[in-house]
Amino acid sequence: MTRTTSRIGAWIAMIVGSLYFLLPLAATFLFSLKMRRDALSFDAYKVVLTDPQFQATFGYSTLMAVLTIVSGIVLVAPTAFWIQLKLPRLRAVVEFITLLPLVIPAIVIVFGYLKMYNSSAWLPLTAHERSTDFLLVASYVTLSLPYLYRSIDTGLRAVDVRGLTEAAQSLGAGWGGILLKVILPNVKSAILSGAFLTFAVVIGEFTMASLLSRPAFGPYLQLIGANRAYEPAALAIIAFLVTWASMGLIQVFARNGRAKRKAA
Amino acid sequence: MAITDTVDEPAAVSGGTRPRAGQFLTWLGVAPFMIFALLFLILPTAQLMVGAFQDAQGHFTLNNIARLFTDDILSAYWISFKVSFVSAATGAVLGLILALAAIQGGLPAWVRPTLMTFSGVASNFAGVPLAFAFLATLGRIGLLTALLRQYLDFDLYGTGFSILSFTGLTLTYLYFQIPLMVLIIAPAIDGMKTEWREACESLGGSGWYFWWHVALPILFPSILGSALLLFANAFGAVATAYALTGSSLNIVPILLFAQIRGDVLHDQNLGYALALGMIVVTGLSNAGYIWLRARTERGRA
Amino acid sequence: MAFLDIKQINKRFGTQQVVCDMDIAIERGEFVTFLGPSGCGKTTVLRMIAGFEAPTAGAICVGGQDITAQSPQKRGIGIVFQNYALFPNLTVEQNIGFGLKVRKLPRREIAAKVAEVLRLVELNGKEGHYPHELSGGQRQRVALARALVVEPKILLLDEPLSALDARIRKNLREQIRDIQRRLQLTTVFVTHDQEEALTMSDRIYVMNQGKVEQHGTAEEIYTQPETEFVARFMGNYNLLKAEEAHQLLGLQIDGHMAIRPESIHVLSAGSHELGTFEGVIRRHQLLGGVIRYQVESRGVALWVDRLNRNVADLLPVGASVRLQISDDDMRVVR
Ligand SMILES: Nc1ncnc2c1ncn2[C@@H]1O[C@H](COP(=O)(O)OP(=O)(O)OP(=O)(O)O)[C@@H](O)[C@H]1O
Ligand SMILES: [Mg+2]
Repeated sequence: MTRTTSRIGAWIAMIVGSLYFLLPLAATFLFSLKMRRDALSFDAYKVVLTDPQFQATFGYSTLMAVLTIVSGIVLVAPTAFWIQLKLPRLRAVVEFITLLPLVIPAIVIVFGYLKMYNSSAWLPLTAHERSTDFLLVASYVTLSLPYLYRSIDTGLRAVDVRGLTEAAQSLGAGWGGILLKVILPNVKSAILSGAFLTFAVVIGEFTMASLLSRPAFGPYLQLIGANRAYEPAALAIIAFLVTWASMGLIQVFARNGRAKRKAA
Repeated sequence: MAITDTVDEPAAVSGGTRPRAGQFLTWLGVAPFMIFALLFLILPTAQLMVGAFQDAQGHFTLNNIARLFTDDILSAYWISFKVSFVSAATGAVLGLILALAAIQGGLPAWVRPTLMTFSGVASNFAGVPLAFAFLATLGRIGLLTALLRQYLDFDLYGTGFSILSFTGLTLTYLYFQIPLMVLIIAPAIDGMKTEWREACESLGGSGWYFWWHVALPILFPSILGSALLLFANAFGAVATAYALTGSSLNIVPILLFAQIRGDVLHDQNLGYALALGMIVVTGLSNAGYIWLRARTERGRA
Repeated sequence: MAFLDIKQINKRFGTQQVVCDMDIAIERGEFVTFLGPSGCGKTTVLRMIAGFEAPTAGAICVGGQDITAQSPQKRGIGIVFQNYALFPNLTVEQNIGFGLKVRKLPRREIAAKVAEVLRLVELNGKEGHYPHELSGGQRQRVALARALVVEPKILLLDEPLSALDARIRKNLREQIRDIQRRLQLTTVFVTHDQEEALTMSDRIYVMNQGKVEQHGTAEEIYTQPETEFVARFMGNYNLLKAEEAHQLLGLQIDGHMAIRPESIHVLSAGSHELGTFEGVIRRHQLLGGVIRYQVESRGVALWVDRLNRNVADLLPVGASVRLQISDDDMRVVR
């Protein structure tokens, strides 16, 4: 196998792969333009975007995503920091826990919530709308644990946590100051990557929201899909663009982070 | 650790509780995380697992488990298994080929980051929108279906194909399985030293010889481990299948979904047993993944 | 014509000229070292000899045959990498036997050859171990054995010792040299450590920025550097600029004056021989068997080495001394 034949093989693989991945996108896009019988138009998008339901559910899911990201970071970042600094022997345990959501399917987790927090349980979280929202955020934080913990932990590992902390301590900083002023700025890009990934996962999430009966974007998508023809295609394109934007932002921040670290 | 312990000891005897309090505070640092994990991950799951062995009155029983072994449910597990297995195996092979092409194929430098970014997007582009995309492409009135009929005079659905079928679902799952494979196998491929290939060449070995006797054996645990992760990923997926096929395809997550919704039978405890079955399957494949990963890392050390 | 003959070889990566018009000639059975600072192109030359990299221009001949376009598989040139590059999925025995298996030798013969070469590198008993179960020095010996067992025409060693600690390095150095002599193996050894180069080599090529700066036997390179770069790189030469040389010795020169510290004689302060000059001790360093003084004379600082015979000989800081340098020991370099 010479270099040239392997390069030709590589090109073929990439081209076939691109076809498989781009074809459905192109088809979906074209399909979404066909709402008007006689001509291509953005009518489907107009219908979707002006649908008050769309706006309400998208807004709701965005809010949930933001809450998830904030609480996820508040929960995970100090923990990852503390594990590296003081309890390295717990690392394996915590890592294992954060990987559990990949093992336990989302549908099982939410089923567990319905059993544990139902209206007759000791903590009837599903009894009220606001507390159900809380439960939904908790479930999203759980779902995003694998991504969030991994990206923050990797970010922390790249900077010398112990050295930074001890230097700050010797200069008289307290714990809050250390976390906010010393550690956080150094892992900002890692945290932001985790945040956007979380956003991409949460924004169109279906299972949790549907089974907790919350008016989120995922269930709305499903509903539209079951009842309309062209709007779902438009929605799929919109969802794809949202995912793409999240990932694009991750790339941007990752690159910034690398550049900064190199300069340090 | 051992050193600090012995140093602390005399102080603990003479000076009261300070070190112990320090210990306690140290552990307090991870308390929020542990409590969260307990409340929203571990306890709910554990309750389900316990519930699988209880009847409606809370007495111990194996009845729920036994009832999993009816034709309906067994066939649901079997279809789920098949979809997950085929999409994981195919996804693993195709993802591996794509990753190899991008990383070691001697392509221009922009190919790799582009593929990685796209994989990040596509592996997260699962769920409902993905189902829409495939319906719009390969559904009965999908664009590709129409184009094939119009220009190639090929009636896709005449061949027995349906996007709502096993094949259709597998094809759809591949859309996130392949990129996921690309993402998780890339580091393993990066770990392949160019010197290995060169050492092989200088000893007279051909490219194929290198692949067969060195590269594949080294990559194999990672490939198999990743495939197991893909399997678990597909096995637990609900949204894509539900949006694609409604309740028409009888796979476990959809069965469970309907069960929870109360669409079908009202039997909580059977639902718990279904959930337990899912955890056992995904748990086993993930255990396999972790074991294989540990093995690979040991080999690299 | 030399056994390994490299003619006017060039290598460019994009716009960067990494190797520039190098000529290298190595005789059969010779142990030759490429010595040079990091990034000067040593590895690149080695990779071109092995066939992993094609030269942009020039030719490589082995035994009179042009191999420039030959694939690495056909060259029969063994290589040992800096990072060992052992196959992690194979045992020591399988690693060493790899090249023999490629050649489809009968299993019995492979086992016999592997056992023999294992004895040669003193690793008997480790046959069944995997690379990750070996120490760095042992891994490097396996890599050496793997390259040796196929009886290569030429053996290339790319900084094989630089990842090892000092003591193992010294041992392995002698072991490699010993094996090379016994097998009469034409060997190219790459290093950036001048001590390693001096102790091991029949001949040395000193490289700098993709060019051969000077070549010759170890003694020639050490005692007769031709350029400022070589003098600096080979160790502790006093390098005087033209105006310093004039100031100190009253000589008009072009380029630099290189003087080895051990070639400067220290006379007692009283003597007034011809050609001596006065200096004051500024500091001293103990280097074990040698004491190195910094002596200032006519505004020029010189390093001067003296054997460390006994404590009473030590010259105190501030003492006046007279120095003498014979003409032979003053080298004018480019
Ligand atoms: N594949 C390549 N592509 C582009 N530049 C390269 C490549 N390989 C080497 N170079 C450049 O060629 C120059 C010489 O590299 P080389 O590896 O030959 O140096 P070296 O003398 O072996 O250094 P060291 O002692 O650090 O190993 C370096 O500037 C390096 O950046
Ligand atoms: Mg090098």
